[in-house]
Amino acid sequence: MTEQEIITTVNTALAEEFELDLDEMTPDVSLYEDLGLDSLDTVDMVIVLEGAFNFKIREEADVKEIRTLGDIHAFVAKKLAAES
Amino acid sequence: MAMNRVVITGMGAVSPFGGTVADLLSGLYEGRSAVSYYDALRQVQGLRSLVASRVQGIDPKQIARKHRRSMSKMSVYATLAASEAMQQAGIDETMCASGGLGVAVGSTVGSTEVTEAFFEDYFTDHSLERMKSTLFFQMMNHTCASNIAQTFNIAGRLLAPSAACATGSQAIGYGYEMIAQGHQQIMLCGGADELHPLTCATFDVMHAASTAYNDRAELTPRPFAADRDGMVCGEGSGIVVLESLDSALQRGAKILGEVIGFATVSDPGSIANPDARVMALCIRQALESAGIDAAQVDYVNAHATATQQGDIAESQAIAEVFEPSVAVSSLKGHLGHTMAASGALETIATIDMLNQGKLVPTLHLDHVDNDCAELNYIKQLSDVDLSVALKNNFALGGVNTSLVLRRYNHD
Repeated sequence: MTEQEIITTVNTALAEEFELDLDEMTPDVSLYEDLGLDSLDTVDMVIVLEGAFNFKIREEADVKEIRTLGDIHAFVAKKLAAES
Repeated sequence: MAMNRVVITGMGAVSPFGGTVADLLSGLYEGRSAVSYYDALRQVQGLRSLVASRVQGIDPKQIARKHRRSMSKMSVYATLAASEAMQQAGIDETMCASGGLGVAVGSTVGSTEVTEAFFEDYFTDHSLERMKSTLFFQMMNHTCASNIAQTFNIAGRLLAPSAACATGSQAIGYGYEMIAQGHQQIMLCGGADELHPLTCATFDVMHAASTAYNDRAELTPRPFAADRDGMVCGEGSGIVVLESLDSALQRGAKILGEVIGFATVSDPGSIANPDARVMALCIRQALESAGIDAAQVDYVNAHATATQQGDIAESQAIAEVFEPSVAVSSLKGHLGHTMAASGALETIATIDMLNQGKLVPTLHLDHVDNDCAELNYIKQLSDVDLSVALKNNFALGGVNTSLVLRRYNHD
């Protein structure tokens, strides 16, 4: 999966789940301050990403470090690379 | 201890007629049926009743995602109805956060649709890995009350009476008592339910659902009628703003009506079958609570769902307490049975009838069942001078509820 495919898949999945505007989903936006997500949404975000990429990430420590959309893109790319 | 008088200052309705009180009232006054054939009911094998009264055409996205994510349909209905009621009453953010404003809104159960979807997935591998964080909030029994309180930042009492078909009127009754006793100044009270095929199945199993009108859905249910064949399941939400008279007068709120009495009793004789004697006891207790005689009641808004036993028992109970001249009608012919919402939606309609001096007739009541007691059954829209009405609701599980409502006369 290319970097752009990862970005598109992440953004599309999160936009659908959290009713976000794709145009505003730039890598630097904060999930919390800018997109308004909270702790409940974070739980669901993990489930959405697991469904979109067919991997398990709930127990991974790096998930807790995610702050921005770009952090998600990087996290997913790293996870997929490790699995390939 | 002096009791506070309790008035209604706001009303909101999401009903099978639409998303507002105006939609509800126009459907009733125009004598329309909200019942239709519902093909999705065919998914339940053996289900014979294929008719329902469904809410259509509302936009859940009026509610912000942050609040909507923990809502199933019933909480969406309840929140939209609460919004309409609060807007009419002029309830602001300060009042919501004061602690003097509470919520009493119940449903029959939590969301069956959400519960079914969760277990359908869960049973594939018994894994919780796909379980969303907001699932519980849609399945819990106090989902409607909690979601209303969260949406509007309400900090007072929160309760969710659950008494099936008597839920809405019981919630109004409990809110009435809390305000009368001074525990709260203002309460959002009512009920909500969402239609699920298994709700219809529940009544069909007990031979209480209408089955003979699947090809002519708009002609059923037929309360009190000789050719009735059972009830029709519906959905929606009715919410009223109850308020102490002093509070309403102090802030100059428009007063729509008054709750002057309430009673609810258990019928331990049967968990399913109605008993006219216990129904009459409930009505008498409500009148006693209101401090009025039966002769002062102008109109009885009956529960009457069009079941064989229920309509007969209620008619006998009314005949036992009142003179035959008291006007009686049921709104189930128009609305179907909106379950936990019914008591509140019918209270809203009854308050408007008191104010308009108009009685909505029982739809489809061409020939009254000979086994029903002789009463003044309203068969056509009537102009009548009205002051006091009784609102009955009787539920499976042996729960009887009666409210006494009065037109507000600025006295």
